[in-house]
Amino acid sequence: MPTVQLTSHLHEFFGNLRGTTTVEGATVREVIDALEAMAPGFAFYVCDEVGRLRQHVLIYVDGVRTRDRATLGDAVQPGSQVLIVQALSGG
Amino acid sequence: MSDRILVGTRKGTFLVTRNSGRWTPRLAGHGGAGVNFAARDPHTGTLWALLGHGHWGAKLSRSVDDGVTWTDAPQVKYPEGARHYLPPPPTDTGEGEGAPVLKPATLLKLWCLSFGQPGRMYIGTIPGGLFVSDDGGESFALNRGLWDHESRGGDLFAGEGNGTTKWFGTPAAEGEFSPGLHSIVVDPRDPQRVLVAISTAGVFETTDGGTTWRTRNQGLLMDYSPNPGEEWAGHDPHAIELCPGQPDHVWQQNHCGVFASRDGAATWKRVSSPDDGVHFGFPVAVDAEDGNTAWVVPGVSDAKRMAIDGSLFVARTEDGGATWQPLRKGLPQQNAYDVVYRHGLHNAGDRLAFGSTTGNLYVSEDRGDSWTAAAQNLPPIYSVRFA
Repeated sequence: MPTVQLTSHLHEFFGNLRGTTTVEGATVREVIDALEAMAPGFAFYVCDEVGRLRQHVLIYVDGVRTRDRATLGDAVQPGSQVLIVQALSGG
Repeated sequence: MSDRILVGTRKGTFLVTRNSGRWTPRLAGHGGAGVNFAARDPHTGTLWALLGHGHWGAKLSRSVDDGVTWTDAPQVKYPEGARHYLPPPPTDTGEGEGAPVLKPATLLKLWCLSFGQPGRMYIGTIPGGLFVSDDGGESFALNRGLWDHESRGGDLFAGEGNGTTKWFGTPAAEGEFSPGLHSIVVDPRDPQRVLVAISTAGVFETTDGGTTWRTRNQGLLMDYSPNPGEEWAGHDPHAIELCPGQPDHVWQQNHCGVFASRDGAATWKRVSSPDDGVHFGFPVAVDAEDGNTAWVVPGVSDAKRMAIDGSLFVARTEDGGATWQPLRKGLPQQNAYDVVYRHGLHNAGDRLAFGSTTGNLYVSEDRGDSWTAAAQNLPPIYSVRFA
């Protein structure tokens, strides 16, 4: 199963997702849904109401930035490492 | 009079408490996060904060233990299918072209909070939404009567409505040209009657609890428009308040001056006095008993949003805006560049408080005649509410 690491900024709001979390999921969308099940409210921190990745959030799968910010359809392999961070935009 | 002030700032929620005549601030929560508005539910005592996380979006937070701990509340979200008209996207030349385009509506900002009868809460948002709770904040629903208003294009859930919007936008939308609902006042005589104000659309009134709405912009003037008196389009109230004891007296600090109404917002009259420096600003406060008494905190102009001549003052009228008194005692009179945002001024009895973008919180015990600094060096202040 893929593993997920979050920016420490998100640990402040979702303490149970500290460290490395293992979830089911074959796409980024499914990984987000799995994290939402573990930490209700999480999805609305990284996505808006219609499911798009927020403007200042980035997700990497195995070190590569995901491309599909609208539906989060990028594939995730069973051994993938997923990283969710804030997009540095200055300031 | 309340001995406690809830202050929303760019970097957290503060409680400022008066003990033995001395005001003391403390960070009460949300350190590092923007707090657009914070207020106490008078029915339950719950503290509410409207947060704007830089990366993680707008969030509703509450404390049921008087600010000791805070938790995320059930969140405000636009329902599936909610759409709105936005200007066309920029082209390669940097200019939008053509007709407005329909876009899904998503929450950009939680901007203001108001309480109605027990259990009812209102939240104003960007883009231009009014959300209503009838279960004490356990759930919120978008008010469709206002969202689907003809001036905004009509019902856009099912189709393209009338194809356009008369509403403009606000820079407070943080990157999108969208309107913002920032003022919600409930008529104390009749909770079914509510006034809201929107930058930039104007004032709207419902008398049936939110099912239907009508514009209330007669007499307002848009100095920036070729059609300054047009009822529907682009008015820019910065804040409205009504007098609880005389609810037909409604006051408005507008982009284009101070306006007052004596007929429940049916008609407005500009009562600015530019010669006294009273014209541009953001907040307004109204006395609880006397509808002819109001306070504003003037700035230079829309082009120069700063204290006039580096000298900070509050202006008070006690005759419905016929004359204004500058109230300067205790406020810095040189090298002051404080700006007071639309939710940054509040009153309770004879006591007033205001907070500025420079992180100063001033309190008056005598209706504004004199002021003392209750807190300084706070983060930029977004809202001030006695609690």
